[in-house]
Amino acid sequence: MIRATVRFLDSRAGAAPLLKKALRYVFPDHWSFLLGEVALYSFLVLVATGVYLTFFFEPSTTQTIYDGSYAPLRGQQVSEAYRSVLDLSLERKAGLLIRQTHHWAADVFIVSIVLHLIRVFFTGAFRKPRDLVYYAGLGMLMLALLEGYIGYSLVDDLLSGMGLAIGYSVGMALPFVGANLMLAIFDGPFPGSSSFWPRMYVAHVLLLPLLIGGLLAVHLLGIVARHHTQFRAKPRQTERKVVGLPAFPGYAPRSIGLALAVAAVLFLLGGLVQINPVWLWGPYHVSQGTNGAQPDWYLGWLIGALRLMPSFDVTIGSYTLVPNPFWGGVGFPLAVFGLLAAWPWLERKVTRDRGAHNLLDRPRDAPWRTAIGVGILTWVFLVFLFGSSDRVYVFFGLSYEGQLWVYRVLVWVVPVVAAGIAHRVCVELRAGEHVERMRALAETEAARERALGPLGATEPPPGAPRPARRGP
Amino acid sequence: MIRKALALGVALLRLWLWRPSPRVEEPPRIVAPGEPAPRAELLLLALLGCASACAVAFVVVYAVDLPRPTQLFGLCLGLMFAFLASALVLLGKRLVPDEEIEEDYPAPEREHAQEDVIGIVEQSGDRFTRRRLLKVAALGTGGAVSAALVAPAVSFGPLFHTSALDRTPWRRGRRLVDDAGKPLRAADISTETFYTAYPEGAPREDLAAPVVVVRLDPEELRLPAGRESWAPRGILAYSKTCTHAACAIALYRKPTFAPTQPGRALVCPCHYSTFDPATGGTVIFGPAGRPLPQLPLQIDGDGNLRAAGNYSGLPGPSWWGVRHR
Repeated sequence: MIRATVRFLDSRAGAAPLLKKALRYVFPDHWSFLLGEVALYSFLVLVATGVYLTFFFEPSTTQTIYDGSYAPLRGQQVSEAYRSVLDLSLERKAGLLIRQTHHWAADVFIVSIVLHLIRVFFTGAFRKPRDLVYYAGLGMLMLALLEGYIGYSLVDDLLSGMGLAIGYSVGMALPFVGANLMLAIFDGPFPGSSSFWPRMYVAHVLLLPLLIGGLLAVHLLGIVARHHTQFRAKPRQTERKVVGLPAFPGYAPRSIGLALAVAAVLFLLGGLVQINPVWLWGPYHVSQGTNGAQPDWYLGWLIGALRLMPSFDVTIGSYTLVPNPFWGGVGFPLAVFGLLAAWPWLERKVTRDRGAHNLLDRPRDAPWRTAIGVGILTWVFLVFLFGSSDRVYVFFGLSYEGQLWVYRVLVWVVPVVAAGIAHRVCVELRAGEHVERMRALAETEAARERALGPLGATEPPPGAPRPARRGP
Repeated sequence: MIRKALALGVALLRLWLWRPSPRVEEPPRIVAPGEPAPRAELLLLALLGCASACAVAFVVVYAVDLPRPTQLFGLCLGLMFAFLASALVLLGKRLVPDEEIEEDYPAPEREHAQEDVIGIVEQSGDRFTRRRLLKVAALGTGGAVSAALVAPAVSFGPLFHTSALDRTPWRRGRRLVDDAGKPLRAADISTETFYTAYPEGAPREDLAAPVVVVRLDPEELRLPAGRESWAPRGILAYSKTCTHAACAIALYRKPTFAPTQPGRALVCPCHYSTFDPATGGTVIFGPAGRPLPQLPLQIDGDGNLRAAGNYSGLPGPSWWGVRHR
């Protein structure tokens, strides 16, 4: 069987040499390397569940009267899009399971991308020759945010409609092009013409997934072409030699096991933990809004930034140039992604290190990178945290106005302090290691002295074992 | 005949006795050997059995009609995947050879190949004599072709007609109606709550359409100059669309004990922009950059509320070029 298959593949596609290479491709081992794989496997679950959902969803804002099984909404004017989601959730067997699994998968997808990005940043995995892979990853993160946002906007419930209105306003706030761009995208002023919903739909189910898939291909091929990075956990692991499990038989079962574990968690969440119960929100109409609206977690940093901004529009005379939502909705994410995108270049400029790196840094090995990374992370996290301040007010009674003023100070002070602490910790850890190394050296020398007697101690030990750098 | 049968018999016997000659040379092992692990195999079988049981359970739950089966569906599928995942991890950690191999990283750069590629490209252009001119021509053509290909994107929407953003359904004399289309009567407007109203006979899914109506003590009003007649009997109307990010102004803050509580205000639930209805919708808190546009009101002979004109400013979110009022 095996022989026949291999012979067939080799004689028809010349696949044997490639297969041999692929089966023995080396995967260095570290738990943090799994984060990217979790993202990949959530993407697969997203595609699979998403395809299922397309068979039931109607991308139309044509208004209709709801007459389904959910009594509180019966007789209300709703869009076909919203009605089809209600029907899928409440009438179709297993429809709700797949919809909730899809939603959870989107949240997990972006969590794992962000954690993966943090890992890559702090270990210096973005350095040459893998900077292209890093940029493809950043691109995928941006597309994933947009894809998630459009995905839940499509449902046309009250919350998603409010989110869409905010997105429209942020777009309108772009100086010189905003209004024109939004008129083009929405085909008229908000909420747009009947062409707008099919546009969002085709973007969500075709264009963005294709783009993400394309970047994913660049990402994976880029890794395979340069091989995986590794920590120097063993002396054999060097800049020139990669050591780890072969793809087959060692790594494949573990990785497929991880894929199945991701699917397990997502389906358990989808079945047992309710997410976005749209029948409770009701349909969206321009004149309606609700308090306590929270977006999906990955837009929390943007709602936080929009809320933190002080009240002002940039004006020329009595005319507006830059409306307020620009700063929180465009300026802030642009600054964060700009910093991340410029980082490999910045680091090359500052350190003058243009070489290729296959060995990963531990965070402490590059104190400045770690410090600045911690600073950026703290900055974004605080803004994200402020996005939940209205809930904090409801649950803990802390005044919203008070929180606003505290955060307006904290978001600038805490990142600097955190960066300073991170730098110090790195330096101290390294100093500690230096002491350890010196002591080990001195102890081997002392042992040698004891063995040789006082006369043999004049020359330095020829092969004093240099203790290998430990992995993290 | 007998000889033939004998020959056949001998041939069959030889075939039966035939054993493959021992290989002269075994090819060297590629995968590292390892010890058998019968207990792990047993566990693997058990895990596969559990996964199958979950799969069957899913089909059964699916087939019988339960009123709310989502949790059971999730449990069955989730556990099925979880058992399969455990089976594969067990397979990877206990049952296949646990070997570490090493490989050289690919060379960072291959100068020879690079030179070859450069040579191929450069030598292919040897015959050109007016290189710069051709480059300019190619660039120009590229630009023209791109313009032609991009031009249809203008059909996407009325992107040059920003006047569409200024349009509002409000006219002098248009009645304010409620959700059900019933005209709002001035006498029914209480100071204790707020009302959403729409222009009579106009589409409602329009950021400029809905207004909030509140009633204040006329003594409290501090409206900007020129708006003295806009709030008959203390009844005010403002665009319901927040000037910050277009959410509906869905909250009305009304102090129940004025001395200690913040004053009355219209609040947007999205980013908590807060507007003062007494002073013409000015921003008193939150990110909004300009006031809520006010709709002038009048009361007709039947006691119904009517618009006395159009908004004081642009309803909806700001954009570049809009008047900052």
